[in-house]
Amino acid sequence: MQDPLVIGGVTLTSRLFIGTGKYSRNTLIPEVIARSGSQVITVALRRVDPESKDNIVTHIPSHMTLLPNTSGARTAEEAVRIARLAKSAGLGNWVKIEVINDQKYLLPDNTETIRATEILAAEGFVVLPYMSPDLSAALRLKAAGAAAVMPLGAPIGSNRGLQTKELIRILIAETGLPIIVDAGIGRPSEAAEAMEMGASAVLLNTAIATARDPLLMAEAFREAVSAGRNAFLAGLGPVEETAAASSPLTGFLA
Amino acid sequence: MSFYDTLTRLEQLPYGRVWKQYTALDVKRALRLEQLDEDGLMALLSPAAEPYLEEMAQKAHRLTRTQFGHVMQLFTPMYLADFCVNHCTYCSFSSIYDFPRKKLTLDEVRREAEAIAATGLRHILILTGESRNESPASYVKDCVKVLRSYFSSVSIEVNPLTTEEYADLRQAGVDGLTLYQEVYHQETYRQLHVKGPKRVYRNRLDAPERGCLAGFRSVNIGALLGMYEWRQEALATALHARYLQDKYPECEIGLSIPRFRPYLGDFNPASDVTDRALVQIILAYRLFLPRSGISLSTREPAALRDHLVHLGITKMSAGVSTEVGGHTLEGGTPQFEISDSRNVDEIIEMLEAKGLQPVFKDWDILDDSLAMP
Repeated sequence: MQDPLVIGGVTLTSRLFIGTGKYSRNTLIPEVIARSGSQVITVALRRVDPESKDNIVTHIPSHMTLLPNTSGARTAEEAVRIARLAKSAGLGNWVKIEVINDQKYLLPDNTETIRATEILAAEGFVVLPYMSPDLSAALRLKAAGAAAVMPLGAPIGSNRGLQTKELIRILIAETGLPIIVDAGIGRPSEAAEAMEMGASAVLLNTAIATARDPLLMAEAFREAVSAGRNAFLAGLGPVEETAAASSPLTGFLA
Repeated sequence: MSFYDTLTRLEQLPYGRVWKQYTALDVKRALRLEQLDEDGLMALLSPAAEPYLEEMAQKAHRLTRTQFGHVMQLFTPMYLADFCVNHCTYCSFSSIYDFPRKKLTLDEVRREAEAIAATGLRHILILTGESRNESPASYVKDCVKVLRSYFSSVSIEVNPLTTEEYADLRQAGVDGLTLYQEVYHQETYRQLHVKGPKRVYRNRLDAPERGCLAGFRSVNIGALLGMYEWRQEALATALHARYLQDKYPECEIGLSIPRFRPYLGDFNPASDVTDRALVQIILAYRLFLPRSGISLSTREPAALRDHLVHLGITKMSAGVSTEVGGHTLEGGTPQFEISDSRNVDEIIEMLEAKGLQPVFKDWDILDDSLAMP
């Protein structure tokens, strides 16, 4: 069954986006990409060093869509500068806006994120903002030109799962934008649950990078995302409070 | 309110009794907490925690890997000048020592930068002795203008400056401030700092906060361990970090754990900080401040550094010289003796063997021409 996800004019068959941070060695990245089946990979511009012998970008196969992120930005202004740097460094015109003012929990600043999205979308960037799942903010991001929104499931790197499930459910129902659940997903079952809910994709890094066997975990997430998506497309059966008898006792009344 | 108020309260505690009142049960309770409070931190720093170092280490390791992954950021210090107007009883740069003092010219700064950058390092910490005449903020700023072309992050470790001076350096491209209180215990501080502006305790204590106010991206603090009873010094340091983190959430607050090292003079510190004590401090810091970077310098010997990389450390110095122009000039006087003299390649090899990825670059100095319209 053809079920592509189209973002910024790019057609994707994998709905698992992955990251490049936290690995014990960069040479794991191409193997993780292969096992995960992912086609989109986020990379923090702050880690990119074209002059380094071990430049992180050289480990990313050319078929991947690069999603440079503005990790480290504390204001819209910094995010905009980082996005422009990424573009001028040849990393393409996709950008994941990350504006984080809170170094204790690493929660995003939605107001600054909206400001940065307005500017960068107007400049032709394909903008994917990382955000706290708030409907008003998501609608403003949509109006600002975001190509998708990326609500957090739980704080970055926490592996705590879909703590914001109800809010993400509202974003899926109300925004009309692709919703890519980002941050917090620690288990393949949680990725599957996000996809069952109707998320368009999930992005994760810590869960794979810090697993005992990152390659096997990458494969597990590929299967989970695929299973969750299929379940969503198939339409989950209704959940009843009481047992629904397959041989009704009152059928004779009809 | 300043952290000084907290410090004053702490100094009134009857520590002789306080540390002894913690029990194994308090330590176990603290280990179960998701967010440690002051009492939990004290339990982990107390003698009662000593039998629980392994459990603390396991939790600290898990927290570090989840928050920071398998990466270790590398940096190196670069000494610009060793002129100093203070007499501190534990430092070779003290004004009482007679040796040829140096201050790098901008050309020498450039050559030193080229030599360091050639090793692959992109983060640098520039240091000076404390002299507003010989190495004023304007000199540091001129050096930063040179260094920006070679490094993606430049931090400073210089005498305490005003908020305005810090803000000016931030505009010039400095993104981090390191400033050690040296010793938090006020009476000991007075005794160790015999002469010079460094005697003004509050000026130093409040300087990291001025750095936060000036907008530095990171502020790194620490006590020089060994100068006073280490449990109290570690407690004050951690609470200082938490105070800054709570008040300035946009700033990354980091911790350093320097231990006293031999220097030109013959001062011997009052408190022996054993390897076990150092480990207990690192673990307590990590459990109390899960998101804070913890830096490990070459003051520690290679074998110990190799073990500590799994216990909560997130930043290490490498290829270190503590002499002015130590990478390109000869004949300098080191500020103190280092213990781990391995070069950058050797540190990389060690980290990789331990399943860790050395990271050379973790920030970009942002170009003003790319600012928002």
